[in-house]
Formats: sequence, C-alpha cells, structure tokens
Amino acid sequence: MTDTAIGTENEITTSTKIEGGTCAPEECKKIVMDGLWHNNPGLVQLLGLCPLLAVTGNFINGLGLGIATIITLTVSNTVISFTRNWVRKEIRIPYYVLVIASIVTVIDLTMFAMTPNLHHILGIFIPLIVTNCVIIGRAEAFASRNKIPRAALDGFMMGVGFTLVLVILGGMRELIGNGTLFSDASVMFGAMAADWTIHPFNEDYKGLLLAILPPGAFLGMGFLIAFKNIVDKKVTKNSAIKSPL
Amino acid sequence: MKFKTNTSPFFSSNSNVSTVMLQVLLALIPGTLVMFYIYGWGILINVVLAIIFAVSLEAIALIIRKRPVLPFLYDLSAIVTAWLLALALPPLIPWWILLVGIFFAIIIAKHLYGGLGYNPFNPAMIGFAVLIVSFPFEMSQWIENATLGSKLPGFIESLYTTLGITAQPDWDAITRATPLDAVKTGLRAGTTSYTEIAQQQDFNSVLRSWIYISLAFAAGGFWMLYKKIIHWQIPVALIATLALFSGVMYLYSPETYGSPLLHVFSGATMLGAFFIATDPVSASTTPIGKIIYGASIGFFIYIIRVWGNYPDSIAFAVLIMNMAVPLIDYYTQPRVYGHGQKPAHDPEPKKGSDK
Repeated sequence: MTDTAIGTENEITTSTKIEGGTCAPEECKKIVMDGLWHNNPGLVQLLGLCPLLAVTGNFINGLGLGIATIITLTVSNTVISFTRNWVRKEIRIPYYVLVIASIVTVIDLTMFAMTPNLHHILGIFIPLIVTNCVIIGRAEAFASRNKIPRAALDGFMMGVGFTLVLVILGGMRELIGNGTLFSDASVMFGAMAADWTIHPFNEDYKGLLLAILPPGAFLGMGFLIAFKNIVDKKVTKNSAIKSPL
Repeated sequence: MKFKTNTSPFFSSNSNVSTVMLQVLLALIPGTLVMFYIYGWGILINVVLAIIFAVSLEAIALIIRKRPVLPFLYDLSAIVTAWLLALALPPLIPWWILLVGIFFAIIIAKHLYGGLGYNPFNPAMIGFAVLIVSFPFEMSQWIENATLGSKLPGFIESLYTTLGITAQPDWDAITRATPLDAVKTGLRAGTTSYTEIAQQQDFNSVLRSWIYISLAFAAGGFWMLYKKIIHWQIPVALIATLALFSGVMYLYSPETYGSPLLHVFSGATMLGAFFIATDPVSASTTPIGKIIYGASIGFFIYIIRVWGNYPDSIAFAVLIMNMAVPLIDYYTQPRVYGHGQKPAHDPEPKKGSDK
C-alpha cells in the first residue's frame, strides 16, 4: 500500500518537472490550502500585521487593501519566478524590493486615478505595501525557487488568504464598532453602491467604539487566530479518530 | 488555595485567597455606604448587578476552561473585581454597559490570560478603561448628589432606569459634572481660572461630598493596612507623589492648576491608592518595587488628569504601570542572605592569573 502511494507521489513530481511547471492537481490543492488556511499570511505567518491592523476599521477598506495586495503578490511572484535563474544570489533582496516597488507604484497610481476616495482613505498604506513582509517573504521563500505557474498561483492564493483575514476583521470591527456593514461601499464601487450599507441592529445601537480603535484590531485578530486554532484542533482530533492505527 | 511556605520562616498563617478577598470586601463597605448616602440606590444596584454578572461570567468561563467551578468561585476574587468596577461607574448607568465592562474584566482581562494569578493587568481597571473609551457620554453622567439638596431617585425608580424598563431620564436636568470634570472643562475653555471655579458654591459642595467618600475609602484602606492585607508602600508612595506634583504645580500657578486637595480627595484617588493599585496579582511585589510602582502611578495620574483627555485617570495610570511591573520586579529583587553582596576582599584569584 505505502509503496504504491510513494510511487504515485514520485510520479507526480517528475511529471511536473517534465511538463515544465504546470502544477499537478494535488500540488495545486496544497498551494491553495496553504494560502487560504494552513499557512495563511494573516493568521499563521503573522506577516503584514501593520496594514492588517491599521486599515481594517471597516469592510470596504479591508477589501480595497486586500485587492491591491492580491495584485501585487501575484505579479511580483510571477516576475520574480520568471527571472529567478538570472539574478545573482547576492543582489536578490534589492532586486525583489525594486520589482515590488515598481508594481506597487503602478497600483498606487491606478487606484489614485480610478478610486480616488478609497485611495485617500487607505492613504499611506498603499505605498507601504512595498514593505509588507508577506510579499518579500513569498518572493524569497516560494517564487525564487518555483516555476512560474506555481509561483503565480501561490502569490494569488496568499493574497486571497490575506484579503479574507482583512475582510473578516474589517467586517467584525465595523459590525461591533459601528453597527453597520459595507458602509462607504461607494468609494470603491461608485454611485451604484451608495445604498449597500446594512444595519443589522436596530437604530439605537451606537456601537462599541473600542472595536474601531486600535485595541479592537488586536483583540479581533487574537480571536480570529484562536478560532483558527480551535478549528485545527477539532479537525486533527476527528481525523485521528477516523484513521486506523 | 493555601499559601504554602516550604522554606523558613515557618510561621503558620491562616491567610488564603478567599479570606483576603473577604477582608477586602469588608474594607470596601464604609466607602460604599457613604457613596450610597450621597448618590442613592443607583450605587447599590450597580454593585449587586455587577456581582451577579461577574459570578455568572466567571462560572461560564470556568466551565468552558474545564476548571472546577465552586472552589474558584469561593475565592471571591470575581466579586472584588465586580465591586471595584461598579464603584467607578456613575449610578443609573444602563445594565448592558455594566455587562460589557464586567465581560472585559472577567473574560478578557482575567480568564483569557489564565485566570486569577496570571492576569498581568488589573481586571477591574481594564473593564473601566474599555467603558470610558467606548461610552464617554454615559460614563460621565453622575447624578446630582444629596448634598446639593436635590431629591435622589428611589429604589424602584433607579432599578427601572438601570434595567431600561423606564426611559433614560433627561440627563442634562439631573446630572452634574464631577469636580475633576468641572475643573477640566472650565480650564480647557480658558474662560475661567481655577480660583474662580473653586469659589463656586456647587463645585465646593460636590467636592466636599467626594472628600467624604475618599475619607471613607481611606478608612477601609487603613483597616486593611492594620490587618496587613496590603503594605504601606504603594498607597503612601502614590498619594505622596500625587500631592507633591499637584502641590508644586499649584504653587507655581494657582490660576491654572487644581489644588492638591482636589487631586488627592476626588476622582477615586483613595479607592485607587488603597484598593486598586494594591491588587496583589498585578502590582509590584518587592519592597522597593512597590514604592517605585506607587510613585509612578501617582505621577501618571497627575499627568493624565491635567494634560490628558480623561480626568478619571486612575485606570490608565494603573494599567501603564502594570505593564512595567515585570521590569520593576526584575531590577528591585532584594539581596538573598549570603548572596550577591560584594565581599570585603576578593578570596578567589582573578581569572587569567592562574595559567
């Protein structure tokens, strides 16, 4: 049994190499799950905490920064993976910073042109994506030693995982602190989103101001990490019961 | 939960957590009664409701954490926390604000850190800080007190207001700023000087009522000192530092800074000095450390009151110094007998002198 299992795994890895980088379904699945859950940049690697905590005052701000991060991560991983064989080891970090900075500049100017209000709210945190440790971390740890499709997928999924945390934390804080959800959606989606704001509680709810303030970000983040750990514990317990000894 | 002494001295001591906590509760009674006399039933309702919330939340937290429920409830620490927090809240505050405060005190500040003995921050003050930051309006509504001759709401009326059965009263008509608030807003506006404020009749009678409250809490504090539940270092250092700084600033400019009397006897300074700063879990434990800890709290109370945004600054001062306690304790460990002192002559040869 085990022998055949190892055999198939070897076959998969060799086949990937032969096909020139397109990743096999199982590997793709692993990259996807790593980004979304097992190695989530927000909850497990705890990278990029500064923007994560600072801009998640509401749902839309989180989504805006999240999308910018997804684009940056995907493009930077692709470019760095593409050029990985031509860059000398000694200068790789300045090279990564240069690549990431150019991408972020493009995104910054694009957002300034297309969604000026959101750009105004997110402010310094858009240019600061350059210093977000997730991006250079993935460049060094993954993109510099994997082929383009896998690197791009990894960048995209890490970005999505980061965005999920931003959005959940932003939604949580907005809901508790302000009693609304999707407020200010128009800064991102234009006039058609003007009435997207939801008021789940009755009108009297004035909100727990603490949730909007910085302590709310740290507390909310702590609860999210605790929730993930509880789920992981439950899952391993269940799988341990199912699998025969 | 006995404190076991395994090394010398072999004095037998009957003190355990619940007797200490019980004595703290007894010491709180005189102050609470004076507050009840001055502010009416709202105070007692706050205390009782807070205790009910605290005990229920403590029980829930213990069940979730799979700890024995009754032994930990009997240590009375949740009741002390609830009582201290309730005394810091204005009467007639809505019940759900109390619940939020108690939730942060018991669940977040205590049980998430591992329960009694593991909490780095004073739970009651975490609850207070959360409330004053989140609900600044409700937290400033102290009703007019009995010394001004106004009629206090009765028991049923107070209970209904707190539980939200009857609508909240028209606050502007029945509330009055606490002395510290009055001084702060008056001086901020720049229209009045402290000497003018201090001459107002209403201000003085409110301040006098706070002096009565402070003296009652101080009496409870002295009883705890006499019973050796707390040590003298923290309260003395705290009050002395606060009096010193406020005195110096008052002498420098009596127009713009409050008198030492105002600072020492209002805004729960006494409650803070004797009951809150001396919390055995989150305070410094070494003799010198206690003095540094108490003095720093007094210093921060004055700084935050005068130049900060919140006139009731005990909570923030205590929380800041809670963070510094590990550092203070590390650098103020007393010398262990037979260790650490530099001997008169160095009996060991210097390193390197032997081959």
